[in-house]
Amino acid sequence: MVGLEHYLSVAAALFVIGVFGLFLNRKNIIILLMSIELMLLSVNINLVAFSSYLGDLVGQVFTLFILTVAAAEAAIGLAILVSFFRNRGTIAVEDVNVMKG
Amino acid sequence: MSSDIQIVLPEILLACFAMVALLFAVYTSKDKMTGLLTWATAGVMAALALMIAGGEGSNVAFGGMFVDDAYARFAKVAILLAAAAVLVVGQDAMARRGLARFEYPILIALSTIGMMMMVSAGDLMALYMGLELQSLALYVVASLNRDSVKSTEAGMKYFVLGALSSGLLLYGASLTYGYAGTTLFSGIIEAANDGHVGMGMLIGLTFVMSGLAFKVSAVPFHMWTPDVYEGAPTPVTAFFATAPKLAAMALFARVMFDAFGNAVGDWQQIVALLALASMFLGAIAAIGQSNIKRLMAYSSIAHMGFALLGLAAGSEFGVQAMMIYMAIYLTMNVGTFAFIMSMERDGKPVTDIAALNQYGKAEPLKALAMLVLLFSLAGVPPMVGFFGKYAVLNAAIQSGMTWLAVGGVIASVIGAFYYLRVVYYMYFGDEGEALETPMSPAAWAALMGSAAIMVLGVVNLFGVEGAAAAAAAALVN
Repeated sequence: MVGLEHYLSVAAALFVIGVFGLFLNRKNIIILLMSIELMLLSVNINLVAFSSYLGDLVGQVFTLFILTVAAAEAAIGLAILVSFFRNRGTIAVEDVNVMKG
Repeated sequence: MSSDIQIVLPEILLACFAMVALLFAVYTSKDKMTGLLTWATAGVMAALALMIAGGEGSNVAFGGMFVDDAYARFAKVAILLAAAAVLVVGQDAMARRGLARFEYPILIALSTIGMMMMVSAGDLMALYMGLELQSLALYVVASLNRDSVKSTEAGMKYFVLGALSSGLLLYGASLTYGYAGTTLFSGIIEAANDGHVGMGMLIGLTFVMSGLAFKVSAVPFHMWTPDVYEGAPTPVTAFFATAPKLAAMALFARVMFDAFGNAVGDWQQIVALLALASMFLGAIAAIGQSNIKRLMAYSSIAHMGFALLGLAAGSEFGVQAMMIYMAIYLTMNVGTFAFIMSMERDGKPVTDIAALNQYGKAEPLKALAMLVLLFSLAGVPPMVGFFGKYAVLNAAIQSGMTWLAVGGVIASVIGAFYYLRVVYYMYFGDEGEALETPMSPAAWAALMGSAAIMVLGVVNLFGVEGAAAAAAAALVN
């Protein structure tokens, strides 16, 4: 029997993978965007699992909002990435270093 | 239903305006309309601020998702006025740098709608949508100068770290929803009995707080601030330093009191640590900065620490102090950035502090206004900035957090050093190349006006104290 805790564990694992992907990745900014997407989707698993467990639809409505916003967010992220690439000619994470910090 | 629309009318009007303005600019002459659009946007914002200021009572729309009370109105008026002021002040500087694009006022209007949603949120969904509307517009304006490496890099960094913070906040929101069984703040607050929340919700609360701490740029979630401030065009930096900071801070207090108000003890310690770390890091890290925009970034981190001090007090008086502090902070920053965005040499923007050498001789009046503003930022009496610091420190002491107040005083003494260093350069620096500071009448008025407020405001703070008290009473009850 697959219970709530299994879903929560999967979501937590995906979320942690997303966060680590964001910090440990030294190669490519596209991978950062994928990690962000992974974090948001793990939240969706969480919300749908809770929604089904509680018998309350609000969680699924929330999920739809997150999916929409994630799409807009990815579009803006890629747009900024394109203009960054045009200026620097690279999208390697280690090259995002004109300003120290 | 119609009464619901009545309550969200200001947001709807601003959203309609933004869309009409977008169509108008695209169909007519695009960037030639920027000046007109900027003034129109500022005018609409000012009118909406007047309209909101006339509101009364506590109204709830859409089943509790949207709250319109004295607290939200105070924050909205401040946000709208700050956004309008920054638009008008920055217009000339944007034009001089070839950045007079028509998207700018429209994006600012959209992010302002997001901020208005944030401070009125009564539900985790409304909170998230408001926050994202604000953030997405801000990521774009950070990289507005799309031919500049620094500007696009600033946008990139802001986007990645902002998205991370949204992710943290959402993960916390999902856990809070799961363990409270509802996304409404009014339902979540009932989940805390005997003054504490359960383990699941405590984890959710912590994640939500770290997401919000990112947005207010509190230590240890501050690392994006200096780079974004430095890279973004200066008028955009001026915007980042004002309205979004107040919106995020107001949202922070809204979530803490409306959703977790029965478990003050659970979040008070975390906020206190955030406040202490921000005050000290902001004060110490700014000492080594030679770029005035990075210096202002660390200054804003320190100021956020002081505002969080008011929230950490966990009392009505604390929230009142926080709102007063933020209102004063907004006024000071509009004036200071009006000056910073005018700093030029041979038509190129200059951000090096050493460029201010002997500025006091060349432009005594402007230098004097900057002196007043910097003293006020440092919290030197008798400027208004001192009363803001006094209010939050007093709130912390009244809540029995004397150690925190002592820390705040020490941090503010350390912080005074780098503000005074700028003053030193202006009056006693070495002779060097002259600095030009061409200002539009609006920017000049903002600089002089905010400096005058810092001196004249000591009489009665222009009535902000009473409005902040009403706001705090509406939030904490």
